[in-house]
Amino acid sequence: MAVFRAHVLVDTGATAVLKNAVAVKNALVEEIAKRGLDKEVKVLETGDLGARGAVPAMIVYPDGIIYGPVTVEDVPEIVEEHLLKGRQVKRLAYTGESAAVVDSAAAPRCNELRVVLRNVGQIDPTSIEEYIAVGGYEVLGKALSKLEPFDIVEEVKASMLRGRGGAGFPTGLKWEFTANAPGAPKYIVCNADEGEPGNFKDRLILEGDAHSVIEGMVIAGYAVGANHGYIYIRGEYHQSVSHTEKAIADARAMGLLGKDIFGSGFDFDIEVFKGAGAYICGEETALLESLEGRRGESRTKPPYPPSKGLMGAPTVINNVETLACVPQIVANGSKWYCGIGTGLSKGTKIFSPCGDVQYPGVYEVAFGTTLREIIYGMAGGIKDGHHFKAVLMGGPSGVLVGAGSLDLKLCAEELAPGAGALIVMDDTKCIVDLMTNIAQFFYHESCGQCAPCREGCKRILETFTRWTRGMGSVNDIKLLSELGETMSLTSKCGLGQFASVAFKSGLPLFEDEYLAHLKDGVCPAGVCPMDKVAERVG
Amino acid sequence: MSECGCGVKGADTVAVVCKRYGGDKRYLVPILHDLQDELGYLSADVMETVAEQLSTTAAKVHGVATFYTLFYTKPHGKNIVRICDSPPCHLEGSSSIRKAITDAIGISPGETTEDGLFTFEVVSCMGLCGVAPAIMVNDDVYGNLKPDSIPSILSKYKDGE
Repeated sequence: MAVFRAHVLVDTGATAVLKNAVAVKNALVEEIAKRGLDKEVKVLETGDLGARGAVPAMIVYPDGIIYGPVTVEDVPEIVEEHLLKGRQVKRLAYTGESAAVVDSAAAPRCNELRVVLRNVGQIDPTSIEEYIAVGGYEVLGKALSKLEPFDIVEEVKASMLRGRGGAGFPTGLKWEFTANAPGAPKYIVCNADEGEPGNFKDRLILEGDAHSVIEGMVIAGYAVGANHGYIYIRGEYHQSVSHTEKAIADARAMGLLGKDIFGSGFDFDIEVFKGAGAYICGEETALLESLEGRRGESRTKPPYPPSKGLMGAPTVINNVETLACVPQIVANGSKWYCGIGTGLSKGTKIFSPCGDVQYPGVYEVAFGTTLREIIYGMAGGIKDGHHFKAVLMGGPSGVLVGAGSLDLKLCAEELAPGAGALIVMDDTKCIVDLMTNIAQFFYHESCGQCAPCREGCKRILETFTRWTRGMGSVNDIKLLSELGETMSLTSKCGLGQFASVAFKSGLPLFEDEYLAHLKDGVCPAGVCPMDKVAERVG
Repeated sequence: MSECGCGVKGADTVAVVCKRYGGDKRYLVPILHDLQDELGYLSADVMETVAEQLSTTAAKVHGVATFYTLFYTKPHGKNIVRICDSPPCHLEGSSSIRKAITDAIGISPGETTEDGLFTFEVVSCMGLCGVAPAIMVNDDVYGNLKPDSIPSILSKYKDGE
């Protein structure tokens, strides 16, 4: 490898690209070449640097100076002053706290604790050499040469790692069931069909550090006795697909995937499978149906995938974030991992606050961090001078909480975080409008195979739509509660079972607002049209 | 895309793509992805040919093609404008963006312009919640939108870019 005296990492994550990061990066490469510095300074693309409100940003190493927001016009100055003359461009220096310059677990300057995201923004995600340079694939070598599969399963069990896709099932148990299930072959499936609105963490992991997921999958394969894995990625996530495919090809070329990995006699390979636009495929058995070339309709459970999964074979299905935790746990031990978090929720969790906050984004924190710390401490609080009203936890299938929950800890004991979305609403927003939008979402995404979900989602949408027009009846609250109960008891999969959780959880908090629409024919926030109040019955 | 009795348009492509996946019907979703990339959309004839190649039924192929929102079984506009209306984008004003798009190209969601330049769709979350409200035009992402940013974005695609 050539030796460079400086590296400039440019954030080309999804948010930065929208703000012209690619043009900035191209201008930087051009300017560096123009100045004859291209043998001395290397420009790399990386993910989100965590420089809030300063996107697109770049970080210059070895100095660790972040510049942002940088425009194409700023580039010559940075090259001339910093890279040529060694003087910081104070005017453009980012002075806020950034996760990217935090020395991972050692001394967090902000409250982020990057375990899963430790490499995101630090390395070039398209370079396997860089991943290896920061210790990547080292633990895989250790696992394959020094550990027995059983030991790894036990270690993951002891770490108390729970699935990060929302349901929170203990990962070690899932692996144990699969390892003990009779039959071969077995499979590892990575669920990267991140479709729950408000979640965009898996996108960041795959765009910024796909190798950590691949390494986690190979370890999982070794632990349960599987030789083949699939990464099922949303069809809409183009960059995730391309980065992951590149990472797999590079790993294969280096013998880190394929036959006889590290001379251990263990074979493992991975295929990327691109989804085609169906929320329901995030449900694990629907995902398997899709992987087998069929409509993404969920299966009857049991049997669960660890005993009967892909093509009837024992299968581990883990979320992207879950698998990315695995190399860290195996490398540092379950004791280290259990030292982070709370009694029931160990380790870190990635949250994605969005909606009416100043700095929407992806933040990784230890379990036990409060909702307030994330919304106010990291996401900058409510934007535009408005006030906090509610948070939809995890997405449309999650619970709605109000200001009374802000000081609750995010963990299994107090406030379950779901997949990590925090959809924040300010006081200008209407809860009935939100409920109608959620109902529209589930109506659109119900796969239609079971009646409670297919019909129920339609009726919920019709009911809320009537409320927004001023045609609701107070009796609807009872009807919706009963319908929600029926759906949660009788729907075949999580989609129908959770479709009215937001309504139910919001009822005690926002009943007055519901009643204003129903009794008084008024939308207090002035959001709903309320144009048919005159035709109201009851 | 007219069929004139001289064989199905795209039949060769279907054969090549199906072969790429070993004729294994388990790979139906990637096969349909590849075919749509090459042919623009999945016509009834194409789906029937796929079924023959994979030794399955046309109904099964049609069932899969129509289940997933990214597959098109009818011709669509040259550019596809997708707007997200899931809660994060909805809260940040996607309705006003939707209206701005309709004002700019004169069609409602689900429609295609007469000149075949644009198809407009409302879709579920695209994972762009950090920059809500967001749209995608083909594979290009636009976020942090205001209604008045729409005309200039869409005009880029009008000039045959």
